[in-house]
Amino acid sequence: MQDLLRRYGPGLTLIMALMVAFWLLMLVIIPNMTLFEQSFRPYLPVTEVGGPRDTYSFNNYLKVFDGSIERSFLGFTFTIPVHVLTFWLTIWYSMVVTVMCFLLAYPLAYYMAKIVNPRSLPTLILLLFIPLWVSEVLRAFAWWIILAFRGPLNWLLLNLGLIEDPIRWTNMGYTGVVIGLVYTYVLFMLFPIYNAIQSLDTNQIEAAEDLGAPWWKIHWRIVLPHSKPGIASGSVMVFMLSAGSLLVPSILGSTTSQWFTQTINQWFNDALDWNTASAYAFLLLLLCTLFVSLAMWVFRVKLSDIAK
Amino acid sequence: MSAGIDLENVCCDFGTFRAVDNANVSIKPGEFFSFLGPSGCGKTTILRMVSGFIEPTEGVIRIGGEDVRGKRPNQRPTALIFQNLALFPLMPIWENITFGLEVRGVDKATRRRRAEELLQLVDLHGAADKMVSQLSGGQKQRVAIARALAVEPQVMLLDEPLSALDLKLRQHMRAELRAIQQRTGVTFIYITHDQGEALAMSDRVGVMSQGRIQQIADPREIYNNPVNGFVASFVGENNIFKGEVQQVADGMASFATPQGTFRARLGDLAGRDGKLYVRPEHTLISATAAAENSVPVTISDISFEGNFISVHAVSDSGAVLSAELRNDGSATMPEKGAKAYMSFDPARAAILPDANVRS
Repeated sequence: MQDLLRRYGPGLTLIMALMVAFWLLMLVIIPNMTLFEQSFRPYLPVTEVGGPRDTYSFNNYLKVFDGSIERSFLGFTFTIPVHVLTFWLTIWYSMVVTVMCFLLAYPLAYYMAKIVNPRSLPTLILLLFIPLWVSEVLRAFAWWIILAFRGPLNWLLLNLGLIEDPIRWTNMGYTGVVIGLVYTYVLFMLFPIYNAIQSLDTNQIEAAEDLGAPWWKIHWRIVLPHSKPGIASGSVMVFMLSAGSLLVPSILGSTTSQWFTQTINQWFNDALDWNTASAYAFLLLLLCTLFVSLAMWVFRVKLSDIAK
Repeated sequence: MSAGIDLENVCCDFGTFRAVDNANVSIKPGEFFSFLGPSGCGKTTILRMVSGFIEPTEGVIRIGGEDVRGKRPNQRPTALIFQNLALFPLMPIWENITFGLEVRGVDKATRRRRAEELLQLVDLHGAADKMVSQLSGGQKQRVAIARALAVEPQVMLLDEPLSALDLKLRQHMRAELRAIQQRTGVTFIYITHDQGEALAMSDRVGVMSQGRIQQIADPREIYNNPVNGFVASFVGENNIFKGEVQQVADGMASFATPQGTFRARLGDLAGRDGKLYVRPEHTLISATAAAENSVPVTISDISFEGNFISVHAVSDSGAVLSAELRNDGSATMPEKGAKAYMSFDPARAAILPDANVRS
């Protein structure tokens, strides 16, 4: 702040401070507070808003427990509220997406940071970035085309003789959604890990090899521990973005895949019940945050590691 | 326990650049051998070829008589100590030291015991559970040595490991390294650009320049009888005279220079031009001209170095000369601006070719 004042003078500093304040207050805090406040009030006809029935309660939050269905899993049959099931499936498949992003990103990040010729690195990064310039909607539809019944992926697999009949990719539960989310968010995993591995002294890798370590041991004991903060920050980003994505599940989802954000969207746009929708949205935010904190505690990652 | 190393016609190219050119050296088991040279002379490349991080473009490297071509660093009986040590900052000291044993599947209790033994050996007991960041430079140094010794290598390779330490510590670690080498009997190959380190610690020294080994000999031989001008000037100081060889007799030659005609030992010129080299400590100062090899000079500067006094002078023809006088209290101090004569014993001066480099 002192620095800003000295460099730009009081006028410009005030304008900048006001703009940041406007951004935070008008575009982040007030809308969220409004929705948060609404989430505790019932959905009422306009004439009754502010009337005697308009009281605060947790009823909107408790709606997730409505409408149980029967499911069986690993031989156990149990009933579970449909929205809770959706929530757990969202968390579970977001984790699947996170793990798959890690499995894809880690070798590539290592390759970029330690193996590739530095002269071809900019080309490689550009090739990774170009797809990001295309809108997310178009990229999701591109996958929709790739995964189509008579699409290029089935054509390729058929011609390679790997499959006998085309596969209905977008009608296999969450397959399409997972593929789409991995593709959309893998770079959010790649770059933090790349940064972390890049900061590792190559001599340490060589020292480990010189002491007789095979390649997997070098990764397990030297490279992975060093890149843990990068992996953690990439995982948190991919997980939160996946769990909060609406577009990809909407486009690449099948008849049997329901994402929790789609449920929220239905409350907003189909039921026009913004109150319950807000309650569900805050529930997602809260539970995802809790889940991430739990995962960080399990993997002994500190918040300060991620912020690096 | 320790193995000899033979380099036979070893070359290493990086693209069109030849980093090491036709290196031939035979290092005996248990020897402390140093490669000495300025940065970029190819000494680190030799070390990396021996440890297996680089394959030679041509030639053969044998460790204990066995050709190691195609063997990765983790398959060679060598242990490398890196210039920046490359300790593992996320592991405690004892895990650092026994990482090589962990890799070999040694159980934890044995490893722990071995770590304590090695810490004892490098005089660092009680540090087993500390982290790397808690140690000082010299202590880190010892941990790196212990880590390399843990895998019981037949050859230890050291890449300027003392360069990051301050002078006092460096001198102390020199003695320590030498002691550890003698205690363990492991062959040491030591890379340095510091001539004092190389001379003080080594059994033999290989002086390198521009990818070529210039001379391999024991430290005294290197200093007293350098084979060429590069070795003479890289290892120690010299007064250098340009000129031409005239009569030669019994290994001595007369050498005509702008400062006069001098007599000196004739090195192996092999048809090339040479220069005359004489050490400042072999250069004498006197008030009157000596019988031979005498140059009239004007004293230009005197610097007192403590144990010796360095006298700089300019000859009448403009050549800059220097002489070192021992500070034993007996010598009369010359005065700045005074006229004097600098002279040298013909047996202490040599006419040598320039460095052996690719044309």
